[in-house]
Amino acid sequence: MTTPAGRRESVIAKIRLGLGANDSAARRAEVAERLARPTAQLVPERAKQPADERRRQLRTYLEGQSATFIEVENADDVPTAVGRYLRSANLPLRVRVGDDPYLSKLAWQSEPALERRNGRAHGDDEVGLSRAAAAVAETGTLVMASGADNPVTLNYLPETHIVVVEEGSLVGGYEEAWERIRARFGRRAMPRTVNFVSGPSRTADIGGQLVMGAHGPRRLCVILVRS
Amino acid sequence: MSAITSPLFKDNARAALADRQLQRALSEVPLGLAARRGAARAGLPEFEALREIGRDIKNHTLAHLDLYLEEFERKATAAGSTVHFAPTAEDARQIIADICRSAGARVVTKGKSMISEEIGLNACLEAAGVEVAETDLGEYLIQLRGETPSHIIAPAIHLTQDQVEADFRRLHTGLAADRQLVEPSQLVAEARQILRSRFLAADVGITGANFLIAETGSSVIVTNEGNGDLTQSLPKVHIVLASIEKMVPTLEDVSTLVRLLARSATGQEISTYTTFSTGPRRAGDPDGPQACHVVILDNGRSELLGTEFREVLRCIRCGACMNHCPVYTAIGGHAYGWVYPGPIGSVLTPALIGVRKAGHLPNASTFCGRCEEVCPMKIPLPGLMRHWREEEFAAGGTPLTYRLGLAVWAAAAKRPRLYHALVRILMPVLATLGRRAGVFRRLPVARGWTRHRDFAAPQGRTFQAQWAEHKAGVPR
Repeated sequence: MTTPAGRRESVIAKIRLGLGANDSAARRAEVAERLARPTAQLVPERAKQPADERRRQLRTYLEGQSATFIEVENADDVPTAVGRYLRSANLPLRVRVGDDPYLSKLAWQSEPALERRNGRAHGDDEVGLSRAAAAVAETGTLVMASGADNPVTLNYLPETHIVVVEEGSLVGGYEEAWERIRARFGRRAMPRTVNFVSGPSRTADIGGQLVMGAHGPRRLCVILVRS
Repeated sequence: MSAITSPLFKDNARAALADRQLQRALSEVPLGLAARRGAARAGLPEFEALREIGRDIKNHTLAHLDLYLEEFERKATAAGSTVHFAPTAEDARQIIADICRSAGARVVTKGKSMISEEIGLNACLEAAGVEVAETDLGEYLIQLRGETPSHIIAPAIHLTQDQVEADFRRLHTGLAADRQLVEPSQLVAEARQILRSRFLAADVGITGANFLIAETGSSVIVTNEGNGDLTQSLPKVHIVLASIEKMVPTLEDVSTLVRLLARSATGQEISTYTTFSTGPRRAGDPDGPQACHVVILDNGRSELLGTEFREVLRCIRCGACMNHCPVYTAIGGHAYGWVYPGPIGSVLTPALIGVRKAGHLPNASTFCGRCEEVCPMKIPLPGLMRHWREEEFAAGGTPLTYRLGLAVWAAAAKRPRLYHALVRILMPVLATLGRRAGVFRRLPVARGWTRHRDFAAPQGRTFQAQWAEHKAGVPR
């Protein structure tokens, strides 16, 4: 029983014994059906709002969680918004960013002082810049998909995280976000990590008092691009 | 496994009630969590309907658990993970120690995992010469003190800020002695700085799992600190430690449970970070672990599937039952004597370590029913505690005096005429004796009761006598 296969058989057999079940075709079919056609169950009303309301929800929930929320008219305004935010927060004009083509093609020439370093984050990076795969209005949640375009360490190592959200990727509820992930990565497939981020890092473990910046970013800045 | 003091529950509880530091720590936090849960529930009109759906998702999954585990294994393996099954705690410790050994691990970081407490993982790794760094701030605080968690989501809930400051000054010896540690933010900043160095030094990162998803072979963790993410993203090896009942079928199913979890736990709409991890880093990824292992622990859970205790396997470990429990909020978590405190512990602990050792726990309940009322998975906790009381009685675990008392009472209660005759004699006697004070401060056969509270004196006549008069039309 000490072999991996033996341990596996032992666990599965004990479960079948406990359930009084076998691996009948009917049971298998039920499981296969549920996995082949994942179905949204009860989606709350607040996750089914029109675009204007979704924008308001995203802002309200994120600000309620101590994030900074900036709205810009179009993609060309993003570099200026990034520069302005960094200056206002007294941060260096230097960001770590992945290979995301959307972010690479922005009009960075409008912020010549802003230095962009490419790649994953390291311990000494102060600001990370990423693009969200989706954003969810129902709780003000950013959906980050890891890869060379948006390395996962950008979300957690730097003290400040700036995330660009295109309005077209703002959805009502979690289920819609999963449809976006499936459309991009395939059915029953995921990138190495999908991170739901709903504010800066925090803890209430000392005396029950809320403190920002436990291990991850102390500051989260979300830039919503209207078109 | 951590040392079991559940058989000493009564002594533990007495000591906890007399511990002024503990009482100060308990005076606010659990009640604050309960209040915030109430507000979050009020903010989502569909909350009660979601509880029913959540319960159904878990019931369906448990009924097909063997098949979903096989599917999970298939998908996780396809994504590059190695899936290990561990029938016992010993198996899990051995599997994880082996992975750490072959990775040449000197430093291991850990996200919060109750199962790692259940299997006593830290002691095992430390014995193998590995430095283990707990990274959840609460877990770090109790690791410094050599303690165990006293709450499943707020492990250091029993500590006051002053105690944390004293520990930091005592143990963080490399720092200036005159540094300011007045504000919680200063304490958090110091812990952040120290743990950051551990994150960057770690060879292996171990996290628990709130859910395993059969559809994609993913594991899910939920944190507010982001510690679980640094734990799994920076080292070259990520180990997920999960128990069999964490399984859910699809991303849609997990979405429903996510809507329930944080609201029930901390009253947040959603926790700050919910992370779905699938396998090691992909070709072209610049970061993430190079290897990923998922260790799936049984440790006695499969034996519950064929019993009335199957329902406890729906638990998503939100902690709402303990935040709302009059017993937990009075004595804290350590008095329960093992890993899982509060009402969920009173049901789960006898199942995992035996009712002989944990028989006190299902008795430590007023059966007020609030735990069941707030449980997002609608686990009938009081009913299951009653089952344990019956099993304990049947197994002869109940003390002799208690059994004798019950036997005497039962002998009378099963004979209504005898019972009424006895009560008719006893009531006026007690009423006369207690007339002046209205209460008894001391009663010879009920010292267990009167030591902590007064016993109200009867008013003179029995309910049966009054009811008979009422029916006969005698005005009161």
